Amino acid sequence: MKLTLKIWRQKNRKTPGKFVSYPVDVENAEMSMLEVIDVLNETLMDKGEEPVAFEHDCREGICGSCGFMINGVAHGPNRATTVCQLTMRHFKDGEELVIEPWRAAAFPMIKDLIVDRRALDRIIASGGYISVSTGNATDGNTHLIGKEIADRAMDAAACIGCGACVAACPNASSALFTGAKIAHLGILPQGKPERDRRALGMVAQMNTEAFGSCTNIGECTGACPKEIQLEVIAVMNRDYLRASVNRRDYLVETISPFTEWSTGSKFETPRARE
Amino acid sequence: MILDSKAPTGPIEHAWEQARFDVKLVNPANKRKHSIIVVGSGLAGASASSTLGELGYNVQCFCFQDSPRRAHSIAAQGGINAAKNYQNDGDSVYRLFYDTVKGGDFRAREANVYRLAQNSVNIIDQCVAQGVPFAREYGGALTNRSFGGAQVSRTFYARGQTGQQLLLGAYQALERQIHAGTVTMHARTEMLDLIVIDGKARGIVARHLVTGTITTHIADAVILGTGGYGNVYYLSTNAKGSNVTAIWRAHKRGAYFANPCYTQIHPTCIPVSGDYQSKLTLMSESLRNDGRIWVPLVKGDKRSPDQIPEAERDYYLERRYPSFGNLVPRDVASRNAKAVCDEGRGVGETGLGVYLDFTDAIRRLGEHTIRDRYDNLFEMYQRITDEDPYKVPMRIYPAIHYTMGGLWVDYNLQSTIPGLFVIGEANFSDHGANRLGASALMQGLSDGYFIVPYTVGNYLATNKFPAVLDTAPEVKQAVACVRQTIDLLLSIKGKRTVDSFHRELGKIVWDYCGMSRTAAGLESAIGQIRTLQEEYWKNVNVPGSGEDLNQSLEKAGRVADFFELGELMCIDALNRNESCGGHFREEYQTPDGEAQRDDEHYSYVAAWDYRGPGNAPTLTKEPLEFHYVHPSQRSYK
Repeated sequence: MKLTLKIWRQKNRKTPGKFVSYPVDVENAEMSMLEVIDVLNETLMDKGEEPVAFEHDCREGICGSCGFMINGVAHGPNRATTVCQLTMRHFKDGEELVIEPWRAAAFPMIKDLIVDRRALDRIIASGGYISVSTGNATDGNTHLIGKEIADRAMDAAACIGCGACVAACPNASSALFTGAKIAHLGILPQGKPERDRRALGMVAQMNTEAFGSCTNIGECTGACPKEIQLEVIAVMNRDYLRASVNRRDYLVETISPFTEWSTGSKFETPRARE
Repeated sequence: MILDSKAPTGPIEHAWEQARFDVKLVNPANKRKHSIIVVGSGLAGASASSTLGELGYNVQCFCFQDSPRRAHSIAAQGGINAAKNYQNDGDSVYRLFYDTVKGGDFRAREANVYRLAQNSVNIIDQCVAQGVPFAREYGGALTNRSFGGAQVSRTFYARGQTGQQLLLGAYQALERQIHAGTVTMHARTEMLDLIVIDGKARGIVARHLVTGTITTHIADAVILGTGGYGNVYYLSTNAKGSNVTAIWRAHKRGAYFANPCYTQIHPTCIPVSGDYQSKLTLMSESLRNDGRIWVPLVKGDKRSPDQIPEAERDYYLERRYPSFGNLVPRDVASRNAKAVCDEGRGVGETGLGVYLDFTDAIRRLGEHTIRDRYDNLFEMYQRITDEDPYKVPMRIYPAIHYTMGGLWVDYNLQSTIPGLFVIGEANFSDHGANRLGASALMQGLSDGYFIVPYTVGNYLATNKFPAVLDTAPEVKQAVACVRQTIDLLLSIKGKRTVDSFHRELGKIVWDYCGMSRTAAGLESAIGQIRTLQEEYWKNVNVPGSGEDLNQSLEKAGRVADFFELGELMCIDALNRNESCGGHFREEYQTPDGEAQRDDEHYSYVAAWDYRGPGNAPTLTKEPLEFHYVHPSQRSYK
């Protein structure tokens, strides 16, 4: 099977990018999208060109590293599938695939198909946890949690933080990502004590970042490789509203979004550029 | 050097309690004055970073991925063991300890394993408190399943995503500390060397993977939780980025490397389908609870599985091991799969595969129950192979999955370099020659949450830490060393890509130091590795520069270390003239083909010291003593 990959190439944030077309031969329909790019990269390097940079790690659809747009669809045409698990049997001979990175102001460009998703980490840091230090725990069966509740929490907790929801959203909103964590922890009895605080903190951080607002379009859930349901956004909105009424006096501190790389090193060596 | 395990003497039940009492404490007001570097943000690294942060230390955490949540612990599927005995089926701390020592084929340190079993119960409590959504009964209690190699149900799980949920728990605890300011996170930063001053680990040299900046980071102690080295085989179930570089470079600075030849082959992976293949996908071992493994009785039977009648199938694990059946430990299951394929009875196009069949389980329990237990795994299988496991038996074949070897550590998880601690898969400690299913997550979290926070504190309380300037000769030398390697790799501009070398290296190691090994094969492998390595340093092509994001350069440095490690693995395998656990030397087997240990000569940990390029490593032995679980021939029959 022959395909044309029209891939976004961009050296770095400061250099403008452009699409470059590469013809590729796909030898086996069981190859994943990433393996096709691996093979392309080998041929590019043999020709003395630079390989296409893309993020990937586990290649089992669970780490959340990989992801790009294929013909305008986050993670490509197959539902509930990350690009590392997207096999070539979903494409036809002769097809052209337009491959470009997640496009969102909150995800600054790094190189080719790689963007900076630290904004998602900062949302978690702003309350996406249960404050229980090591050693504080009671016996695991102290809280009885009905199977239905545990299953609902698990459904929301399945988020892999890949950013497809943001890329798919016309507003580049991260409501599905944020809602998933708020729903996962808020549904469980262990997460109840901090429910208000969590919703206020995480939503405030989400608003501080360059994400857009949610207007209930639902593209996010369609693109989500883990099929996180739209209801988590409703849970987030309800928790946020409830918290705003309950905790009007609560001061929320947000983390300032930073776009430069902080190395944190005391001793930068002479060739250091930052 | 004599390796002092520092394992407490006296009754094993009280050893850890006594050790915790004996540690010197750091005054709470002084904790923030101590800085600690943690490299790696998986279960071990994230749990250690967050716990040390909670205690008030000044923690610097490093990972090469874009976020600490990407660490490969996330891909663990099956579950985590704990001796809770919630199922009332006779489990206990002692039984988990016993099973682990036996499962490791009597090549682990007893005191460490006992402590691991004790900590297992606290881990579950901690994770539940963090909101990890473990599977529950309708009544609300935690549920369990049995898992490879165990006859009790002690495995806790969150669908087929247990590693993900445990890691997210630890990651969230870590993010909480990042927000609190006790932990500084350095993502996309790869450790490339260890800084050792006056014999103590005092910092690291790292490269920022986006800017290419080389930086030095100084601290009072360094903790490595950088995972295993399975990617030396190129094809493995590890994430593509998993590598040996952090521990290997620490090894070259004086940390002993223990039991490098102990690698684990996981029996249930999706078979290889072609040369383009970039990695192997694991199917959780939990599938063996309900799936039955078989091959056709006669070789060359090409009928589709539903056309082969019951009488013409060989359920070889159930036949050979009636009491454990399909639940034998991983090394046993893998070797048997290889044996039937070598006989020509393998299935699938390549003949390198066996069936894992759910027909009986679906008939007995109903499709609904099977769907509830394994749906995401079945889905993953179908996505890759285009076959529906509810209708057609899965095809599976063993693949490299875990490495029991790693940096040598004492009972305090400290390496042979004072101030360098090693946790999780990166150390060699608790699994002996074979790890039981659902024990890796347990060990990573036990080390990170419950052990290293105490033992590092003791080290900090009993040592002095003079200030280190970046002009110190040791710092300058380490930075120069890192630069030199990078510049060299970039300057060769040869004809072959890094991956082509890595693939070839992996094939050599897999063929000769994989599922079964022979002295002649290992000797030949050492020669082949050296020849290929020589070519590597003359003919590798690393495009681009070091001042930018350069994924080829990242890989090139890691593969350079895999060459050296691959050789050491073969040297270690050649030295160990016995079969034990995952290390199977064809010359040493029982008449019915089981691994034959030689306790008289090899009941020791083989710790290797790096002696410089071109020099043979030296071997130091830590003798193993068994006071509680007495070595016997493992029998799962």
